[in-house]
Amino acid sequence: MDYLDQLEAEAIYILREVAGQFDRPALLFSGGKDSICLVHLALKAFRPGKFPFPLVHVDTGHNFQEALDYRDLLAKQLDEKLIVRYVEDTIKAKNLQDGKGKFPSRNGLQTYTLLDVIEEFEFDACIGGARRDEEKARAKERIFSVRDEFGQWDPKKQRPEIWNIYNGKIDKGENVRVFPISNWTELDVWNYIKRENIVLPSIYFTHERECILTENGQLMNTNKFVELDENDVIVTKNVRYRTVGDMTCTSAVESEAYTVDDIISEIKETKISERGATRMDDRVSEAAMEDRKKGGYF
Amino acid sequence: MELLRFFTAGNVDDGKSTLIGRLLFDSNSISTDIIETLTRQSKATGNDADIDLALLTDGLRAEREQGITIDVAYKYFTTEKRKFIIADTPGHSQYTRNMFTGASNTDLAIILVDARNGITDQTKRHSIISSILGIPHILVCINKMDLVNYDENVYNQIQEDYLKFSKELNLKNVSFIPTSALTGENVVTNSENLAWYKGASLFEFLEQVEIPHEEENQDSRFQVQYVIRPQTEDLHDYRGYAGSVLSGTFKKGQEVQIFPLESKTTISKIEQNGKEIIEASAGESIIIHLEHDLDVSRGSTIVPLNQQIESEKNLEATICWMDNKAFQAGQKLILQQNSFRTKAIVKEIDSKIDIHNFSEIESDGTIQLNEFCKIQLKTAENISFDSYKKNRKTGAFILINENTNNTVAAGIIN
Repeated sequence: MDYLDQLEAEAIYILREVAGQFDRPALLFSGGKDSICLVHLALKAFRPGKFPFPLVHVDTGHNFQEALDYRDLLAKQLDEKLIVRYVEDTIKAKNLQDGKGKFPSRNGLQTYTLLDVIEEFEFDACIGGARRDEEKARAKERIFSVRDEFGQWDPKKQRPEIWNIYNGKIDKGENVRVFPISNWTELDVWNYIKRENIVLPSIYFTHERECILTENGQLMNTNKFVELDENDVIVTKNVRYRTVGDMTCTSAVESEAYTVDDIISEIKETKISERGATRMDDRVSEAAMEDRKKGGYF
Repeated sequence: MELLRFFTAGNVDDGKSTLIGRLLFDSNSISTDIIETLTRQSKATGNDADIDLALLTDGLRAEREQGITIDVAYKYFTTEKRKFIIADTPGHSQYTRNMFTGASNTDLAIILVDARNGITDQTKRHSIISSILGIPHILVCINKMDLVNYDENVYNQIQEDYLKFSKELNLKNVSFIPTSALTGENVVTNSENLAWYKGASLFEFLEQVEIPHEEENQDSRFQVQYVIRPQTEDLHDYRGYAGSVLSGTFKKGQEVQIFPLESKTTISKIEQNGKEIIEASAGESIIIHLEHDLDVSRGSTIVPLNQQIESEKNLEATICWMDNKAFQAGQKLILQQNSFRTKAIVKEIDSKIDIHNFSEIESDGTIQLNEFCKIQLKTAENISFDSYKKNRKTGAFILINENTNNTVAAGIIN
């Protein structure tokens, strides 16, 4: 078997374990390439049956319209259930402080909405598209990652995960985060997208965009959440997104990649990691991801 | 392109992190922003070296603080020929369960030996665990050759000692490479200092070592993970058994037996990715349809009629205890073998295995964290299995504590 076949078979196996072990699973869908791959894998795992889980999106209100349109169209085409919950609503209901600063991120706030939606539907398993190559705290996480009632990850209490036998037994109130594409790298994902002819939101490919060139050289999209001031350097460039997160904390990269093949050669050439190139939130501290995960983040 | 999964066991002191760092560095798998972060951190920790490569692999705050590997980290790199998954596992005996976890589904063990120290207790422990797990290839990296003046005699002596010690372990394929991870010698490129060594560098070895795919040639086994029943108008009678071919091959029209029912039927259809296929082999995720309407559910095992599988309630197994709390007699457990679960109790603890010399010692009735024991298990329902030696997929299980839900042991069926 080719390595992509092996990664695919492993992911399908994990998805079916979720279906077999849990009463109320959910697939967390963001409109990004990793969760799009998950949906594609779920089709392979469960068709001609329906998905044994709904797609759940935590909408921060700062999402790219292209990703939202893609999300709605996909759910409609597949005739699968889509649940959307809004960070905006959580902020109002819980009287939370919205993101501050020049680029107000709602990354931390989405944990609240995520935990609420888990509680609302009593989800016992949430499937996500996180990969171990993204970040070194993720590199330590199990494929079945048990969270307590507060959604917290305790790296010291991880269950041993031996062979590919997955223990998803939990008590009521707890939930398991499941990462079927843990062992895929960014390049694997793109090679898979190419092989399977998976359609993606347009912002993954090069397009002309007006951006703020930040002091550390990142290209931040200008949008209604970012207040411009006179010192801002505004540039118009051909860019694409390597990851699709919030438009306030995800930066674009300069690119001339029109096709998946172009993107693959670009990634092979690039010397900067996916998160390093595009995420402002992980630059905060060395253990930023570990701390957010401990707090219930994906 | 093929996929090779391997594990490295050891600690910072053994040069393990340096070695992994080398592999990632020299295969261009580390990005510049990560190197920048590392350089910044390395300065902060006051390390003399330009970059402290351990910081690359030790991803948890506690690990960085203590300078040790506590839990498995997974790292990835790709060359022209292969994709590699490294399970970077801890060396300390107190984290044996984490090492066992990382090692469990790999094809190759890299065992690091410090050329100055030769074979140590740790070398023996890691080799014995590799033997218990039936890891197909063992590569002994005799590292830090730069610190013994690249002396061939030192290398030969360690090799001889290792072969002598490991004679009883039934290790499958043992190879040796002299390296210096720090200088990179024999990691990616061959070295003039080690001109007397004519074999492959570590990189060449990793690209060339045969990936065994043992399960392809074993008896055919399939286990049901999930039953697909759309119950829609046009698919009213559709009933597909979704699962993975654990070993061997399955064909349309094949006569099969379903365990634990022991009822016979025929495979009427095999589907993969929405298409009908004639044959599926080990590792593939498929949907099987059966001729007759039988009580087949999650955990049922499908076996060709002309092949045997054990099916009973009494098992002899070797387990590694993984719970912080010691085993208690009478403890109610759940045994999980792939997707099959049944209640189980430990009937007898036959002996304890000394993990440093592989000898069996009399059991005192207790099993503590990280201990290996031979036990007798009794299950509530019949379990269909092979011995682990015969089939790594059907001969392995975990034990779950019914109260805490924790995975408390990993077991292989003898």
